Amino acid sequence: MSGATAGAAIELRAVTKRFVSPSGRSFTAIHDLDLVIAPGEFTAVVGPTGCGKSTTLALISGLEAPSAGTVAVFGEPVVAVGRDVGYVFQRDAVFPWKSVLDNVAIGPRFRGMGTGEANADARKWIARVGLEGFERYYPHQLSGGMRKRVALAQTLINHPKILLMDEPFSALDVMTRALMENELLDLWASTASSVVFVTHDLEEAIGLADRVVVITAGPGTVKGTYRVDLPRPRNIAEIRFQPRFVELYEEIWKDLRDEVLVSYERTKTRVAS
Amino acid sequence: MLRRDPLMGATAPAFATDGLANGLDHDAARKRARDRRRILVQVLRIALAVFIVGTWELTTRLGCTGPDSGTCVVDPFFFGRPSGIWAQLVIWVEKGTAQGPLWEQIAVTLEETVLGFAIGVILGIVFGVVLGRNRLLSDVAGPYIKAMNAMPRVVLGSIFTIALGLEMPSKIALAVVLVFFVVFFNAFQGVREVDRDLLANARILGASQGQLSRHVILPSALSWILASLHTSFGFALVGAIVGEYLGARKGIGLMIATAQGTFNANGVFAAMLILAIVAILAEALVTRLESLLIKWRPNAITDVTI
Repeated sequence: MSGATAGAAIELRAVTKRFVSPSGRSFTAIHDLDLVIAPGEFTAVVGPTGCGKSTTLALISGLEAPSAGTVAVFGEPVVAVGRDVGYVFQRDAVFPWKSVLDNVAIGPRFRGMGTGEANADARKWIARVGLEGFERYYPHQLSGGMRKRVALAQTLINHPKILLMDEPFSALDVMTRALMENELLDLWASTASSVVFVTHDLEEAIGLADRVVVITAGPGTVKGTYRVDLPRPRNIAEIRFQPRFVELYEEIWKDLRDEVLVSYERTKTRVAS
Repeated sequence: MLRRDPLMGATAPAFATDGLANGLDHDAARKRARDRRRILVQVLRIALAVFIVGTWELTTRLGCTGPDSGTCVVDPFFFGRPSGIWAQLVIWVEKGTAQGPLWEQIAVTLEETVLGFAIGVILGIVFGVVLGRNRLLSDVAGPYIKAMNAMPRVVLGSIFTIALGLEMPSKIALAVVLVFFVVFFNAFQGVREVDRDLLANARILGASQGQLSRHVILPSALSWILASLHTSFGFALVGAIVGEYLGARKGIGLMIATAQGTFNANGVFAAMLILAIVAILAEALVTRLESLLIKWRPNAITDVTI
């Protein structure tokens, strides 16, 4: 690979993504975006609504192809949906017609594992996310937080080296959210995966990540990256009271605020016109 | 059917003891009120039936003088009479119809309906899923399907009677044509409405195209398809009856045609009654089938009762 950063888990170089709407109008979601993520690194991506955060994840996962630039995972250009990637969606994406057990076991089964073996593996993961005893339940019988746990187990059972998370906890209430964030950190600590965690919540970003990347209002490009030098293991519920957390928050917020304002002004004029 | 939420059940012991006793009292009172209401509804239902049938019977008997039924308030010659319909049913059960025993007629019509329904459903699902998944095919076939759907398809019955004869195939063909479009459009729509996130999730988890169809697209479309089964069974019955009406040797449709030919209004109504009972039984079967196939959902789309 020419120009590849040695040993990078994910590398986006000068990536631009345009979408063409059904009416033929072209819309640039991200523009000239550079992003390099190291193996085992937890990166949070923050930015105002509609800045192309989700598009970035879709490009890394191979669900979408870039219009220009290159996307590489472990040095290999992304051409299709990769085996090393896990993706936790913003909305519920567990299969409502499958029980918890079948939902979790489906990944290995898709990848050719026998049903018995996949089920045994799934039971382990269901226990690990704290849902033991709920194997036979259907998603509609579970709370929002429990469905997120199913989604986590469903993704992690495939041992993704790269874990993409698109505002996974944004629909949860604040208490459940803090709980889930702590559990995510525990689960992540036991794997060696690189995480790209998209959020519009700066507190969540700083609390979870090693590095926070601020994306500009659309078309998205990197405005700045900040190393979060808070010690691990962290407790999400308490970390926000540490002075260093507050410092980081202020520093990053200065960058982010301008972008949020730009994005807000745009929506206002769009509504007015 | 309301299934008890097992998560909710777990909170019950948290009640204080006196609160629990109070709650039991409340529950008992609410249950009594519910029972009373159910009885009231049943009584009113029966009263309504008695009123309608009674009025019908009465008005077709009032004012009748002599052999000319035209002097009655409502002429039983044209509108029948409940007691006459009942007598007709008794004759059919005991002595059989003009074209053989009653059960044979019902069996023939049912066989045509069920076969037409099954074939129509299978074709509808196959075409719906294939066209739903393939945009080029659906773009090409779209206008023709719309045109065929816009056409009143019962007129095809005449073609089928000419081409396939007076036996079962012509009736089955008409039922298939009527059922196909209902199921087809629902299956097509069901495939198109599949949640994009679910598709993306399955692809990330490693699903092949075949696995996508089996684990995501079909189950998701299934609720749409099942919703169409209620309507389409009715259509299958219409197809069979109209087919028989146009020309047949056996069947309930032929019984109606025969009754019409002999100006036997009671016969038409009696055949209608048989059809209504068959349709209601079939509807119950479809509902059973649905709850068997969709146990993952608290209430299905069609769970609307009046």
